[in-house]
Amino acid sequence: MSTADVGTAAANEPFSFSAENIDRAEAVIAKYPDGRQQSAVMALLDLAQRQNDGWLSQPALEYVAGFLSMPVIRVAEVATFYTMYNRAPIGRHHVQVCTNLSCWLRGSDEIVAVCREKLGIGFGETSADGGFTLSEVECLCACVNAPIVQIDDDFYEDLTVESMRTILDELQAGQTPKPGSQIGRTSCEPIGGLTTLTGGDGPRGDVRSTGES
Amino acid sequence: MLRDQDRIFTNIYGFADGGLDGARQRGDWDDPGALIARGRTVIVDEVRKSGLRGRGGAGFVTGLKWSFMPKEVGTRPHYLVVNADEGEPGTCKDREILRHEPHKLIEGSLIAGVAMGAHACYVYIRGEFYRETEALQRAIDEAYAAGLIGKDAAGSGWDFDMYIHRGAGAYICGEETALLESIEGRKGQPRLKPPFPANVGLWGCPTTVNNVETIAVVPTILRRGGDWFAGLGRPKNTGTKLFNISGHVNQPCTVEEEMGIPLKDLIERHAGGVRGGWNNLLAVIPGGASVPLIPKSVCETVRMDFDSLQQAKSGLGTAGLMVMDKSTDIVKAIARLSKFYKHESCGQCTPCREGTGWMWRMMERLTVGRASFEEIDLLEQVTKQVEGHTICAFGDAAAWPIQGLLRHFRPEVERRVRESQSAGARAAA
Repeated sequence: MSTADVGTAAANEPFSFSAENIDRAEAVIAKYPDGRQQSAVMALLDLAQRQNDGWLSQPALEYVAGFLSMPVIRVAEVATFYTMYNRAPIGRHHVQVCTNLSCWLRGSDEIVAVCREKLGIGFGETSADGGFTLSEVECLCACVNAPIVQIDDDFYEDLTVESMRTILDELQAGQTPKPGSQIGRTSCEPIGGLTTLTGGDGPRGDVRSTGES
Repeated sequence: MLRDQDRIFTNIYGFADGGLDGARQRGDWDDPGALIARGRTVIVDEVRKSGLRGRGGAGFVTGLKWSFMPKEVGTRPHYLVVNADEGEPGTCKDREILRHEPHKLIEGSLIAGVAMGAHACYVYIRGEFYRETEALQRAIDEAYAAGLIGKDAAGSGWDFDMYIHRGAGAYICGEETALLESIEGRKGQPRLKPPFPANVGLWGCPTTVNNVETIAVVPTILRRGGDWFAGLGRPKNTGTKLFNISGHVNQPCTVEEEMGIPLKDLIERHAGGVRGGWNNLLAVIPGGASVPLIPKSVCETVRMDFDSLQQAKSGLGTAGLMVMDKSTDIVKAIARLSKFYKHESCGQCTPCREGTGWMWRMMERLTVGRASFEEIDLLEQVTKQVEGHTICAFGDAAAWPIQGLLRHFRPEVERRVRESQSAGARAAA
């Protein structure tokens, strides 16, 4: 099965925003000065992509161009420049593995191997059932929680081979795995215990009023 | 070591409520009207006095940058743009501010807006930070509802609006003029300077672009005084800084410390030490992928600030440390960074567009030693032909990691070439 066959929205299916997305699009345009509606193109492409099963078809690009009174080529330039716009159909879940240095030093090669094995696909490929697309991405900037994988809108951090396997198991079973650290960290604190912000008031620190030092 | 009472980001780990109530308990939004009432000149002077240098990587003096904005607002409105397009490999500090200390950023934006005559602020957040964007938007909504921003912000008489603009996956948009192009709805390709954004920025209007961390420390500097901030750290390298320590350490973490803290202290006190002990250290990239690595011998004594690391032929950059122990294939590590630069080059300038691909392919060959000795010199020459020959600093950033490798690990690169050549000779015999 080729990638082009995957996804429910066919390449030439007409596109227009849902009523809800028209409201959202108008709200985005209102953030910018009058006559600067082109600034909304990135947000509108994102809305269109989310509405269109995760990818931007040519009709979707043309619709956004019309919505913003922009030449289609200007919209296409944006859609092809930024990596988060998908120009081909994509799986229901987009598994994006960071393999940049901090993640690589903490074992991203093993994480990649688990994803390949569990999903049966390589980078840039979509599983036969249309469930998953696997991608290699550049630094996601959660480096002290490496290795990291972004799945759809969430980061999964402090991964091990086992936890990665569990996350994919749960997704394959239609469940929603818990995002964030998989080893119980709140965020970016040292796992072995705090080295700062341990003072009398606890991690919340002191309260100070203006002018007092 | 920095005392807890001198830390600015007291909720950086997100243990407490990041919302408005929690922020107020930590001292945020404590009479912002009084800070604003000091007036534009006094605010800029106080920030200059603090010695604050930009936290996004370049380290330009913040108060000085603000003073470049036109003194009077003419027919063109002024804009503040906050750079939250965090993308430098090894860096994850702005993410924590957006998630856990968003009100410091909002209050800082308001004050910075006053200091540069801006009534509107755009925060450019990388697209992958979806949850972080939600967190900041929640905080902005709270601030509007409480009258802290919007019309007559905090009762100061100053109108101030704040908007989020999401990116969509392009490292180059962290470069300030590429970021402005992106907000205007185009490909993120850097602009030639001059004109500088302070004169011709967003939509042709006077604009200042500041990093998240830079803006977020401003309210505390004004409350506690520029002298307090300047009293921390070292001359010209003042204040506190968020450090991210990743890679081969026992406890990777983010921590706020004094500028100028010895690198070794940072790793040993806060990150649980190098995996396998200090003597197992090979090298550290001290300031995000764009700065040259430093070997263990330099790491023994170097301090974590702009000038110390520059003297060590590296840089503080974003203060994201990537620690590599002796098990690391150092050539492969730098080759991975070269792949990153090849992927992220915007394609505008020929030396960078062509050079990043060429350098990456050469690095891949050197990883396995499949090259001649002359090609090592050739690679070094090519890095120097890219460096300084492009519109923005991306070309430099792509060149420096390779230059650092060849400066400190050339024998290792040559060893691979030698072994590959002798293996080839054996196979032929």
